[in-house]
Amino acid sequence: MDIALILDAVIYCLLGVTVLSLIRVVIGPEPEDRMIGLNLTASQVLAILVLAALRLDQAIFLDVALVYAILGFVGMLAIARSMRSGEESS
Amino acid sequence: MIWVVAVFLLLGVFFGITGTIGVLRFPDVFTRLHAAAKCSTTSIFSILLACMLLKGWDPMSWRIMVIALFFLITSPVSAHIIGRSAWMRGLMPWGRKRKR
Repeated sequence: MDIALILDAVIYCLLGVTVLSLIRVVIGPEPEDRMIGLNLTASQVLAILVLAALRLDQAIFLDVALVYAILGFVGMLAIARSMRSGEESS
Repeated sequence: MIWVVAVFLLLGVFFGITGTIGVLRFPDVFTRLHAAAKCSTTSIFSILLACMLLKGWDPMSWRIMVIALFFLITSPVSAHIIGRSAWMRGLMPWGRKRKR
């Protein structure tokens, strides 16, 4: 068993799953549905980045993954805050 | 060791597919949030654990552990933020029709 083959298969499966979870971002009826889809997509892209770091043996992808996780969390916080403030002002 | 890594990767892919099917098929914001939060946390944690087992004692392994700890802290917090936002806006949970 080759480990590179397994990592390639897992990366392609996760790419398909990420595209499927972007459908909920497009068709979500409520804004919260889009936020759920965006959160799921961000977490799966984080997994793809970590697997690509192991597959290509490049440690810089792990730093990119950490910064991506932090920016995803702060972005979700900002979206929720702006939605609530817009609700109160109107 | 490679079999343990393969089992954890398979578990991660399985939970990812399950969470995405749940997000696409469930009828409400709160049920979709339930599927997304639990399945994404389990899937990502399994995949990161498999990567740590694959690298062993290595500097990359400790960075992966930092990413796993950060994700384990922020994913439930993010799900709680989304659920609280939906509840504060007055969305009804799916189920028997009742006034809140």
